[in-house]
Amino acid sequence: MAEIIQAEGKQKGGKKKAKKFSTHIDMTPMVDLMCLLITFFMLTTAFSKPKAMEITMPEPDNPNDKKDAPLISAYKTLNILMSGNDQIYYYYGVADPNKPLPELIKTDYSKDGIRKVLLNRNKIVFSAVAELREKVTKGEIQLADTALNNRIKELKKSDKDAPIVLIKADEKAKYKNIVDIIDEMAITTIASYAVVDISPTELKMIGSPTPN
Amino acid sequence: MPKIKLPVKTPHIDMTPMVDLFALLLTFFMLTTSFRPQEAAIIDTPNSISEKMTPEKNVITLLVDKDNKVFLNFDNGMDTSVIIRSEVLKKMAEQLSTQFTPKELKTFSNWASFGMPFEKLKAWLNTADSKEREVFQEGLPMDTTNNELNLWIRFIRLQNPNAEVAIKGDALADFKIVKRVMDILQENKVNKFNLTTNLQKEEAKLEE
Repeated sequence: MAEIIQAEGKQKGGKKKAKKFSTHIDMTPMVDLMCLLITFFMLTTAFSKPKAMEITMPEPDNPNDKKDAPLISAYKTLNILMSGNDQIYYYYGVADPNKPLPELIKTDYSKDGIRKVLLNRNKIVFSAVAELREKVTKGEIQLADTALNNRIKELKKSDKDAPIVLIKADEKAKYKNIVDIIDEMAITTIASYAVVDISPTELKMIGSPTPN
Repeated sequence: MPKIKLPVKTPHIDMTPMVDLFALLLTFFMLTTSFRPQEAAIIDTPNSISEKMTPEKNVITLLVDKDNKVFLNFDNGMDTSVIIRSEVLKKMAEQLSTQFTPKELKTFSNWASFGMPFEKLKAWLNTADSKEREVFQEGLPMDTTNNELNLWIRFIRLQNPNAEVAIKGDALADFKIVKRVMDILQENKVNKFNLTTNLQKEEAKLEE
């Protein structure tokens, strides 16, 4: 509590009296507040803990099981090929070495690159999920977080024509590239995607040397 | 009119309570905290929109730094009365025909991430100086001729089957190294991973 004693000035006749003030500031509240602040920050640094992205890989192929790989329709498939120096390409369909190869299109990791392509292909599911999220933020629908996540999962599975994305990376791709692509899957609400091995045909398509 | 100037009295602030409280706080922290064991490598993880928190306890962490070196860290699980780390080390020692003293087992229990060929582990545990210890961290071997990473993961999973697996990879690490780590994990029947990332929110908008 600061005490600033000032003797009031103006007297009759307009003569100014000299001001006398002594400041005696009691620091205890300030130290109390600093103690509280320290405790607060000690407890709240939990917020900046590192986050985790969950991925589930399919069971590895057992070489003893002579099962055919499940057939996926070529028209729904979008293949993303990644190489070094943040190079990324995509093509639709299947790259069969015995048939004419589909067109390979170069793109980039920016939001006008691969994200635009994915959004264009996944319009129905994306707009449905965005609508649902908006409704929840506006308060039109009341949903708990887990219920919301389950609804979004159902929406993702609902569209039968949703694209299936196959993610392939060559030797030179960096870990960051894969994480970015899987993140794009989450951002554009793609339901079915898989990280698979790149084939020699595809390596030739992007001009990568085939490994021995 | 002559101007009368009075000498200004300097304000007198009594600092004693502040110093008292700081002394108390300092003593409190000196007695209650212990240093976090040093991580084997500094890793700059890539960004993602994922908001799920990395599990803190009961987790096996595989660190991959930008020079493609692999390190391992695992804790004592949910029930801290079970000393998982020393058990795993004992089993590894049995497998690779070595012996560890109780003191070395205890040191291993208290430290965090490590990554070196098994024959150098003893020397690492016995080095007192932290700077000298850093030299030892050259990465776990995981090539087909010497797949020690596979052994470690197998024994850790046998001791603690409920642990989650987190892969903390540097953004500039080669994907094929991380793929190799994932393949080794899948050989040990782990198909679900947590990739540690930094939070970076992204907005996506449909353009008509």
